[in-house]
Amino acid sequence: MSTPISRQHRAAIASGIVVAFSVSGAAPAGADGKTYPPVRDPLVAKECGACHMKFPAGLLPAASWQRIMAGLKDHFGENAELDAATAQQVLSYLMANAEPGPKAGTSASGAAGEPLLRITEQPWFKRKHGPKRISADALKRKNARSAADCVACHGTIAETAGVFED
Amino acid sequence: MTPPATSRRCDTRRLLAAAAFALVTSGGVVMAAMSAPQQAIHDGYAAAAKAADPAFSAFSAERGKALFQGKHTGGKAATPSCTSCHTDDPRKSGQTRAGKAIEPMAGSVNPKRYTNRDDVEKWYGRNCSDVLGRACTPLEKGDVMAYLLGL
Repeated sequence: MSTPISRQHRAAIASGIVVAFSVSGAAPAGADGKTYPPVRDPLVAKECGACHMKFPAGLLPAASWQRIMAGLKDHFGENAELDAATAQQVLSYLMANAEPGPKAGTSASGAAGEPLLRITEQPWFKRKHGPKRISADALKRKNARSAADCVACHGTIAETAGVFED
Repeated sequence: MTPPATSRRCDTRRLLAAAAFALVTSGGVVMAAMSAPQQAIHDGYAAAAKAADPAFSAFSAERGKALFQGKHTGGKAATPSCTSCHTDDPRKSGQTRAGKAIEPMAGSVNPKRYTNRDDVEKWYGRNCSDVLGRACTPLEKGDVMAYLLGL
């Protein structure tokens, strides 16, 4: 879990990235970090990690987490409902540790301005991976179940330590 | 202090009787004795089943097996059965659709099953919805529990 200091630190780094990229116009904050704080909260680890990799909260902006947690009845095709109290605790953690940006109205939104739900839909994800790296052939070679199967290419350290190396 | 021999024999008989009672539940189907938390969950479902149908007498591992192993059509196409994720053999590990291992469901190999009421209700809620397209009844929950803890 992030401490206030590390959050400030990340925010400072993120704003640095925004400044650096604002020249070229591409500016999703947090997109260039290869390390995201891994999920350490026991409740979040239990509830999110029961079915899939414990995705670091910093991989999605707060608005996306909000939309995901509001739609657990159909969570990418599966019922992942939680009781209200548990859902609120999980959401609080995700919001507090979410990617600092982008804000509403930026490119990380769908056609109708809705927050993008999938990590693999985020502009930084597409930019970092490119069509070749996540092509059907490439995924098959790595035995990846989908482009969201981070550990297939990045290794289990992606989940345990939040390290996403090439 | 050592109690007299007659009292010890008496205790032994009582213990054996209690063990035999614990073994024979669910309508005569022999199953392993439940732990206290499992018994509490069982009793909760039994009370709810009785409230829904006064003729209810006991859960059935046979009915539970049929529900668990059966193929259903009311839910999602990717998960027509409990076995879609848990495999045909509940003594073995299953796998979620995203690839995470699911610990065995059979009580004999995984005594933690059915020990946390909130978790049990959470998974019945999700999985009955995905597999059957509806909530499970207390009778169905108790039957599947009898099947899995009896394996």
